[in-house]
Amino acid sequence: MTAAPATRTLTMVQAVQDALAQALEHDDSVMLFGEDVGMGGVFRASDGLRERFGAERVFDTPLSEAGIVGMGIGLALAGMRPVAEIQFAGFLYPALEQMGVQLGRYRHRTQGRFSVPMVIRAPYGGGIHSPELHSESPEGLVAALPGIKVVVPSTPADARGLLLSAIADPDPVMFFESIKLYRSARGEVPTGYAPLPLGQARVVRSGHDCTVLCYGGMVEVCLRAAQAAQGAGIEVEVIDLRTLVPLDLDTIGASVQRTGRVVIVHEAARRMGFGAELSAQIAERWLPSLQAPVLRVAGWDAPYPPFTSAEAAYRPDARRVALAIRRVLEF
Amino acid sequence: MTLSTADPRLDGTFCILEADGTPRQPTLLPEDAAALRMYRAMRRTRVFDERALVLQRQGRLGVYPLFGGMEATQVGAVLALNPPHDWLAPTYRGSGTALAYGLPMHKLILTWRGHPDGFRMNPDQHLLPFYTPIANQLPHAAGIALAEQRLAAREGRDPNVVLAFVGDGGTSEGDFHVGLNFAGAYRVPAVFVIENNGWAISTPTQLQSAANTLASRGEGYGIPAVRVDGNDLLAVHHVVQEAVARARRGGGPTLIEAITYRILPHTSSDDPARYHRSEDAVQADHWRRHRDPGQRLRAYLGGHGLWTDDLEQQLVAEVEAELRDALAQADAAPGIEPWELLEHVFETPTPDLLEQQSELRALHEEGGRP
Ligand SMILES: Cc1ncc(C[n+]2csc(CCOP(=O)(O)OP(=O)(O)O)c2C)c(N)n1
Repeated sequence: MTAAPATRTLTMVQAVQDALAQALEHDDSVMLFGEDVGMGGVFRASDGLRERFGAERVFDTPLSEAGIVGMGIGLALAGMRPVAEIQFAGFLYPALEQMGVQLGRYRHRTQGRFSVPMVIRAPYGGGIHSPELHSESPEGLVAALPGIKVVVPSTPADARGLLLSAIADPDPVMFFESIKLYRSARGEVPTGYAPLPLGQARVVRSGHDCTVLCYGGMVEVCLRAAQAAQGAGIEVEVIDLRTLVPLDLDTIGASVQRTGRVVIVHEAARRMGFGAELSAQIAERWLPSLQAPVLRVAGWDAPYPPFTSAEAAYRPDARRVALAIRRVLEF
Repeated sequence: MTLSTADPRLDGTFCILEADGTPRQPTLLPEDAAALRMYRAMRRTRVFDERALVLQRQGRLGVYPLFGGMEATQVGAVLALNPPHDWLAPTYRGSGTALAYGLPMHKLILTWRGHPDGFRMNPDQHLLPFYTPIANQLPHAAGIALAEQRLAAREGRDPNVVLAFVGDGGTSEGDFHVGLNFAGAYRVPAVFVIENNGWAISTPTQLQSAANTLASRGEGYGIPAVRVDGNDLLAVHHVVQEAVARARRGGGPTLIEAITYRILPHTSSDDPARYHRSEDAVQADHWRRHRDPGQRLRAYLGGHGLWTDDLEQQLVAEVEAELRDALAQADAAPGIEPWELLEHVFETPTPDLLEQQSELRALHEEGGRP
């Protein structure tokens, strides 16, 4: 007999599924639900879980995002650990009322008497020529609501470890999963119950010339840009934020103070995107270190285009990131 | 294995033709010319749906939501309208409704390619865009109908009526309830059709609600409701026509639950084998073979000497020719310049949008990759 390997290779969506299974196993108050979740979900993130853990714990809901989140709040108030799926982040909007006026405020308005340890998972982002509203990136909207943590993983290992922490967290967590990475990202993930702490960014690539801040589906894009820059003798530091709330200001600050040049990259529209918050934090804290304006590479301030080749023009690519890197260096 | 193929959802539904085309209510049969016209309109949409899937497989359409098997509900209802004056709010699965209303076929193709020309609805038609976010357009329908009510009163004429569709799954969304409640509260000229096709992706209708019928929702809003055999084009047309007439003369909204079945995958990228239990597969097959809406009306027309195989072949050839022309027209639509994605955000672009547009244009014209 050989010992079980400590890691195995999974795609991002398999890693999510594995984390869900681990959580269901680890804590019997965990419940999984959402539209079509029972049969495995439209991306198969819950494949096989109803069969394994029973229809009391893994089940379909009526088609209502407000209902899914609202019911989840109730389940959590009564001691459960609800993990709700919103089928696509573009369909989060009907649930925003529940999130903004209830989910994020419960602990505060009851002065700690009640809390809502709930996770809302949603596939987000573009890159696969989807119909309209299937490529949205509303992380900035959610991050603007007090009391809700926001996580956006970029690797299978992070997806698995961070989701386990999100489910165990005493507060509500919004968990965005990049649709583009679901099947394209493969990597080693640990076996067993192995949560990764929220609030710690990861330096994916170190460099001293420029800091690139990104998360989720944009990390691979930024790495390509960094590689291209290396060809021109520029060493780019790429930081994967992993969690937007709480934000790892220590890691960001150390890098910014060293490089003095920052490019922020996300898929969401530029205006009021999470980059605006990052840029403000950096200016407020480390302006004296900056040697160039902080630049944002983001979606344009228009709705995300459906299906077409226009998507390539909307979603930031390595070329746009590389141009921004050049601009901050040549400033 | 013997599984029952009887569908309890059909109990008590209004129907004019039995599934085999035999008239159940002979006094309600339309005139021959009208029946023929409606049959042609319905078959046209089904042929389109079948060809659309082929086009999607060839990479000539994006993800496509099929409606084949539901065309009697879509076309029967829309033919009760008076386009381009009456309004249509189609669901994302409503290609058949839009075709029956008068959306040119090449526009429909462009829509499913994500081409902006497909979304630029004809200014002379009261046709709303297909809606992706489920149930969103029902409150709009109430609002449009309220405006029509007020305009008609001011101008001393009959109001234009709004016909809005929603799926069985869609009846669970808040917007469904809000839309119907408002429509009822203001007694607006609107007709709501629930396309109850048994499924919302993989979720069967029974999981949406503990209510016995979805039509029963009407009562709670003070809206009369009818349940109809959704694969009987004559029946659907009949009840929607009555509802439209009542709405037009100030009698308020109606809720119609049309019972049909999703015999095809949810969209071109779905595989029902993942979630159909064996009895579901049997049920789907039964609806496919024995409850096809085209076969039903054709059996009736054929039995009365109004339709032949030759006419059928001719009709299919006509639609295929129309589709070829439409494809050619769609293929000839100008390519999209990337910076066009920043147009139509506001009537007059704001300075920052103009700046982004020139940035995007410069990026594109520079070309090349890092
Ligand atoms: C607000 C919203 N939530 C989720 C979805 C994803 N979605 C697309 S179609 C669909 C099922 C719709 O079912 P139903 O209303 O019965 O209509 P059908 O597809 O059967 O025509 C779902 C959940 C969506 N489009 N909009």
